[in-house]
Formats: sequence, C-alpha cells, structure tokens
Amino acid sequence: MKNKISDRLNRSSAAIMLAPYAILFVIFIIIPVIAAMVLSFTDFNSVEMPAWLGLDNYLRLFTNDSIFMQKVLPNTVTFAVFVGFGGYVLGFLLAWCLSQITKGPRTVLAIIIYSPSMTGGVLIQTVWSVIFNGDKSGYLNYILLKFNVIDEPVAWLQSEGSLLVIMIIVSLWSSMGVGFLAMLSGILNVNEELYEAGYIDGIRNRFQEIIYITIPAAKPQMLFGAIMSIVNTFQTGNIGVTLSGSNPTPNYAGQLIVTHIEDYGYLRYEMGYAAAVSVILLVGIYLLSKGTEHLLSSREE
Amino acid sequence: MKKTNRTRIRQSGMNPKHFDRSQLKFYAVLIPVGILMALPILFIIVNAFKPTDELFAYPPRFYVKNPTLDNFRLLLSVSSGTTVPAVRYLFNSVIVSAAVVFTTVFISTAAGFALSKKKFRGRGLLFDINKTALMFVSVAVSIPRYFIIVYGGIFDTIWANILPLVVIPTGVFLVKQFADQLPDALIEAAVIDGASDFKILRKIVFPLIKPTLATVTILSFQSVWNNIETSSLYINNESLKTFAFYMSTLTSVTSGSIAGQGISAAATLIMFMPNLILFIILQSRVMNTMAHSGIK
Repeated sequence: MKNKISDRLNRSSAAIMLAPYAILFVIFIIIPVIAAMVLSFTDFNSVEMPAWLGLDNYLRLFTNDSIFMQKVLPNTVTFAVFVGFGGYVLGFLLAWCLSQITKGPRTVLAIIIYSPSMTGGVLIQTVWSVIFNGDKSGYLNYILLKFNVIDEPVAWLQSEGSLLVIMIIVSLWSSMGVGFLAMLSGILNVNEELYEAGYIDGIRNRFQEIIYITIPAAKPQMLFGAIMSIVNTFQTGNIGVTLSGSNPTPNYAGQLIVTHIEDYGYLRYEMGYAAAVSVILLVGIYLLSKGTEHLLSSREE
Repeated sequence: MKKTNRTRIRQSGMNPKHFDRSQLKFYAVLIPVGILMALPILFIIVNAFKPTDELFAYPPRFYVKNPTLDNFRLLLSVSSGTTVPAVRYLFNSVIVSAAVVFTTVFISTAAGFALSKKKFRGRGLLFDINKTALMFVSVAVSIPRYFIIVYGGIFDTIWANILPLVVIPTGVFLVKQFADQLPDALIEAAVIDGASDFKILRKIVFPLIKPTLATVTILSFQSVWNNIETSSLYINNESLKTFAFYMSTLTSVTSGSIAGQGISAAATLIMFMPNLILFIILQSRVMNTMAHSGIK
C-alpha cells in the first residue's frame, strides 16, 4: 500500500521535473519542425493564408532552382567536407597531440584552441574583415603587397574566387568547440591497460595505437564529437553573409543552404519555399549523422 | 634515466606525468596551431586599446604603442540613432543572459535527472527524441519560430530574447549521461530516509553533478551572449535589444566613421571577454563532464 503511494508520487515527480523542459522543447523545437514541414507544401508570403501546393516547392527546388543546384549545393558540399569532415579530423588530431603532453601546457593550449569557438558571428565579422579588408590597409593585402605577391589590393571578401576559401578557413578556426573537448576528454580517459595489452598483442607504433585502441575505446566521445561537428557546420552556414556583408553573397560565391533559406524567407518572403529548403537541410543533417553513427559503430567490430 | 625506463616497459605516452624530450614533436605541431588560433584573439584585445590614429595607421601595426581607454569611454557615452545608450544594450544582455543561463541550468538538470534516475514508461523514447534533437539546427526553423513568438504573444517583449534559447538538448543529454554514473544506492538511501524527489534533486544530485552544471552554463552562456537572431527577428523595441545585436549594427552603420572603428573595437572586446573568463574558470569541470559525453 505504502509502496503504491510512493510509486505514484515518484511517477508524478518525474513528470514535474520533466515538464518545464518538455513543454519548451515542444514549443520551440517540435512545433517549429512540424510547422516547417507543413509550410513546405504551401505557398506562403506571411501576409495571406498559405495556399496548398503539394510537392511543388520540392520539385522546384530540385528541377527549377538553378542557383540551388549550381551554387548552393556545390558550395555546401565543399564547405561541409572541409569544415565538417576536415574540422573533425583536425579536432581529433589536435586532441590526440594534446593528450600526449603534460597537464599544465595541455590546459593552456586547449583553452587557446577552444577560444575561437566562443566568437559568435558578430565577432567573426569585426576580426576577420579587418584582416581580409579589401583596401591596402587590410593585413593580408599589406603583407602580400609588401612581398610583391600582388600588385593591387584584392577585395578578398567580395571576390568570387576567394570568399568560399576564406569562409572555410574562418570556420575551421572557430570549429574546435564542445566536440573537440569531448574527444580530448575521451582520449584522455582511455584505460592505460588497454594500451599495455595492445603492445603485448603486437601493436608496434603510434598509428596502430590510434586505429586499434584509441578510436575504438573513445568511440562514444568520437561520435558525440562527430555530431557536434556536423551540426556546427550547418549552424554556422551564414558565415558568407557575415563576412561579405550581403545576402546574396557576391555572385552567390558564398551561398550555403542556410543563406538560401534566409534569402527566400526574409528577403523574398517566399516562406513556403524557404520551409522546403529547411526541411531538406534538417533531413540532410539527420541522414548524415545517422550515417556517421553507422560508420563509427561498424569500425568497432 | 626515465628515458631508458620508458623504452624498456613500452608505454602509450598518453597523459604523461612528466615532461620528456619525446613530447617535443607534439609541441612542434601544437604551438604553431596555437599561435594561429590565438592571433585573431590577441588582435581583438590589442585593437580595443588602440587610439584612433593607430587603428588607421598605415602600414597597419599589430601591437599597440600608446594604449588608451578612449574607445571604452566613447562606447559608454555613445547613443545609437534612436537615442538608446550603448550601456542599455549591455544591461539587457546581462539580464537576458543571466535569466537564460539560470533557467537552462535548472530545467536541464531536472529533466536530465528524471531521464537518468526515475523509472517511468516512455523514458527511453523521450531520451531518444532528445538525442535526435542533438542534430537540431535552430536556424532551419527561425521562420516557424517567428510565428510561434508572434501568436504566443511574446513578440517584442523581453521573453522573446529568453525563451527560445533555454532549450538546449545537448545540455539535457550531458546531464543525463553524467547522472547515469551516480550510484543508484545513494538515491535509494535518501528515499528510505524519507526524502522527497525534489529534496534529493536539490540536496544530493545538484552538488554531485556540479561539473555538468558548469558545462551547461558554458553552452548556454555562449549561445545567448553571442546571439543576435532573437533581437533582430523577434524584437522591434530598441530598448529591449541585446549588446550583440547592437554590435552587429555598429559594424554596418559606423564602418565609415572614424570614431565607429574605435567603438567597435572596444565593443568586440567586451563581447569576447565574458566568454573567455567563464570558460577559464569552469574548464576543469567542463572536461570532467565531457568524459561522460559519449553516445552509446
């Protein structure tokens, strides 16, 4: 009898503890995602009622939006490969190097490497736009002019050839965030006995050590790091606008999928179409994360 | 002496206790990377103290010759076009950030604890939903969120700056993973002693999961302090907008004016420093949490 009452209390206490988070979760994540899905099937300019379009937005996106197919998609893939995958590998290697040195210097270096990830969009603009400034007082222009690499100052952030490269450099710089810390911590917590056993089993060098022991043992953190890395790549997808100062970016050179959403949503007020692009983005991230999870977990066998 | 020891008993070299020459090659990688990472940050700090003539000096100079606090004085006395003083934005940011961090820590801990230690139907499902939400990218739904905020009646109120930012799935995930390793016996003992679940949360769980609270604080603070989205999309009233938003207008409006560069440099430093200081204070606790961050 007493058990029953406390059971019931326990059950409701769980509900009470979960409720604030769960309610806000539903309001700000679940409903917006569902709303985006519904809107993606409509024509909606934010003033009139949405009109049902069926799959038209998606058809238009994949067959009739040349900017999406020719600029946004290739840019996004390039950006994701370098910043998402490249940043992840770089994060792992840096974390691994850090794990090989003593605690004091490791902490200092880890803080330094992590600190760029604390700079949000605004800071990125003020810092990097001075470095890549288009007139001769920009740091890069000044250095290149001094060593006669270029004759005229280059408008790096406005030029089609360099914008995406700069976006990648800046994003890599600021990508060593929570995922990087998780991997560092994961690597540091690998049981030393595993390595000893590995050496008895014939592991001969550091490289084999990483492949056969470190990665499998730190796998849960590696996976967390991978997902953080994917999410961060797309979450910071507006960096082209931040750096160049305009949406669309010059000749669409820095247009990523998030930029495309804002272009249609806030500049052209084609919210239904923008929602369709959002849905594609969310589904893409989900599939990418699941794929990564699959890849990392099959490595264990 | 130590060296011969190391070669005889083959060790991994992970987490070494002492410095050894064999570690130099790692420094050879880490120090150049560290310098590259730190240069733009140093640049933020140095620029804030440059007098106007040095900000515009040609050739550009990295270091500062005659450091001055003029930029900060200018920032504090300046008002934007709509006569809202810069300090007002800063004040808003402090209030909003404090509210967001406090709320996030509180609701994430409660939810994470319930997901970890309470047995109830649907617990696994809820955790899986939250795990999937780790992949959630909020920029993708800023449009539907806009309508929720308008129809929810919080458009143009301070709540529009706060509520959308307190849901951090990563935070709940980390609390839950960390709480999983607390022994159940500890909580059972408290139950037998007649403590209510809320008392357990307050008296036992909170103190034990302090490292996670530090991590959630960091995550939450960084997302709110640097956020310009809520102020630019959900708020019209200038006097409710945040400092980050104010900064984003500075860089576009004043980029031509000479005083603008100085103000902007000072504002950049004010934006950056709280992040850095908070992280340095909490970093060892954050690392402690991260050990349990794995996705299994």
